[in-house]
Amino acid sequence: MELVCPAGNLPSLKAAVDNGADAVYFGFRDDTNARHFAGLNFSPEKMAEGVQYAHDRDARAFLALNTFPQPEGWGRWQDAVDRAAEMGFDALIAADIGVLDYACNRWPDLNLHLSVQGSATNYEAIRFFHENFGINRVVVPRVLSLPQVKHVVENSPVSIEVFGFGSLCVMVEGRCLLSSYATGESPNTFGACSPASAVEWRETDKGLETRLGGILIETVEKGENAGYPTICKARFEVGGNTFHAIEEPTSLNTMEMLPELQKAGIAAVKIEGRQRSPVYVKQVTRVWRAALDACAKDPEHFKPKTEWLAELAKVSEGSQTTFGAYHRPWQ
Amino acid sequence: MKLSLGPITYFWTKEKTLEFYQQVEKSPVDIVYLGEIICSKRAVIRFSDWMEIGEQLAAAGKEVVMSTMTLLEAESELKMMRRICENDRFLVEANDIGAIQLMKGKPFVTGPSVNVYNQRALAKLAKVGLCRWVFPVELSEETFADMQEERPEGVESELFAYGRLPLAYSARCFTARAHNLPKDDCDYKCGEYPDGMTLSAQDETRFLSLNGIQTQSAHTFNLLAELDELRSLGVDILRISPQSEHTLEVIEAFHNAMQGEESPEDAAARLNKNMPTGPCDGYWHGKPGIADSVLDNYK
Repeated sequence: MELVCPAGNLPSLKAAVDNGADAVYFGFRDDTNARHFAGLNFSPEKMAEGVQYAHDRDARAFLALNTFPQPEGWGRWQDAVDRAAEMGFDALIAADIGVLDYACNRWPDLNLHLSVQGSATNYEAIRFFHENFGINRVVVPRVLSLPQVKHVVENSPVSIEVFGFGSLCVMVEGRCLLSSYATGESPNTFGACSPASAVEWRETDKGLETRLGGILIETVEKGENAGYPTICKARFEVGGNTFHAIEEPTSLNTMEMLPELQKAGIAAVKIEGRQRSPVYVKQVTRVWRAALDACAKDPEHFKPKTEWLAELAKVSEGSQTTFGAYHRPWQ
Repeated sequence: MKLSLGPITYFWTKEKTLEFYQQVEKSPVDIVYLGEIICSKRAVIRFSDWMEIGEQLAAAGKEVVMSTMTLLEAESELKMMRRICENDRFLVEANDIGAIQLMKGKPFVTGPSVNVYNQRALAKLAKVGLCRWVFPVELSEETFADMQEERPEGVESELFAYGRLPLAYSARCFTARAHNLPKDDCDYKCGEYPDGMTLSAQDETRFLSLNGIQTQSAHTFNLLAELDELRSLGVDILRISPQSEHTLEVIEAFHNAMQGEESPEDAAARLNKNMPTGPCDGYWHGKPGIADSVLDNYK
């Protein structure tokens, strides 16, 4: 299985490549990718440097171009496709039908991967993207159980990449508008969930209050961990109870499932976290490299080492991890 | 301009559903979308029942469209989607790309959960059979106007014009979670909430509505007051999304305003009192979805 790691900047890219990533994915410094945060991502110059760095060390470079252009901004996405092809990226990770259509017509030799934002949860959808745009890999949304993932692999005409570790989207990706409902900007339209400009922190007697688009979505008492505020990980009142009505602040970690994923024929494991630091990328890449190698060597006896899990727990959101939808009872 | 009634998104009893569509037969709505689009466990109305409801509506002069599920995970769900896509009686609304694949070039409609955000996506889908598209709910009037200008020939545009907005879908059932139940043993709790279960923020803002695996807005999107503008933009169809109460009144209000019997503003304002939480129209105006231009409530 290929290890695909995130890079929000050049130091992270180098950390990924140096610590054993088979491929690294990154984006331009604008709304053409789904981690559009201030200070993150690559200028065209840095990007060329990044591609070169990866290629010199036998790692592949993927461009994340996975948001949905509207007519007014179409030119930015078209330019990004052209630049990616000219820079020698090994694949373009895209979600929008228009972008895929442009890319496969203008650059027929460019590898196309369907982003998780493309919401392809079933093999009929995958066949559509394969037959119409020639995609050769799909990143499947974090909504399928393990048997369902296996079923997709068995029936898919292209290779399958799954999320292995990182922040957990509870909603099917590419179809979640919760952020824009509160702030006007969503991953689809703007490339960010909970854009920083809409987040407001306020210290009060009750604790640290967090507002998103002016709506109070969380109050964190002293001593509690305050993660980055997203609607799906906040506490709300439903039916007279206040609780994490959608999901708790938690990270996805599928390391224990590696032998099963390998047996199922999964082509690649993706690490989430382009918004995280180079230290995160370094630690997570190193641990996952070791785990993938151990699993490839002896899947029968594979068990995540305690020190690996401890290392990952340190960088997990909310310091707890879950199998997410892979494990049926979570649903 | 025509009026459509979207698929029922909630889990109503078979009796309530049949009664609802009997009333719809007599209503001034032109197009009716039918089928379960949220959860395959809600199987009290079978495919053959839906087809029969469709026949009755067709006999009453309505155009009938069969809607497919939005989030497909299990093979049994694909099987149902195939049955719908293979039906040669009614047009199909694809709510997932998988359904477009199964249509194999036959005409189809895309629902609000299929992301058609630009002219190139629209043109591509038109080449594989798109005959009507529902504009994605989070996009603005400006984007709609741009896309209308480059709309391929033979493709009708439909706007989600009234109802709680569809905002997200998950593998997890939030209604079951709110009752401390797993999805596989959900006890069909969503049946107890015919308009979803309201979720409030910690400042008591009524924010979202949990409808099984779907999350909707707590506020009701309403574009009726914009009717004149919508006409000038060349919108072909306005969609009303059913609520458990007063849907027929909503249809009447839209119809009356479209016929010029009542001003759109007055008709729109009259509907506010029946909304579970209140109105919103922010998305259309390029603002957060929860905002409302009349109440001018955006913080």
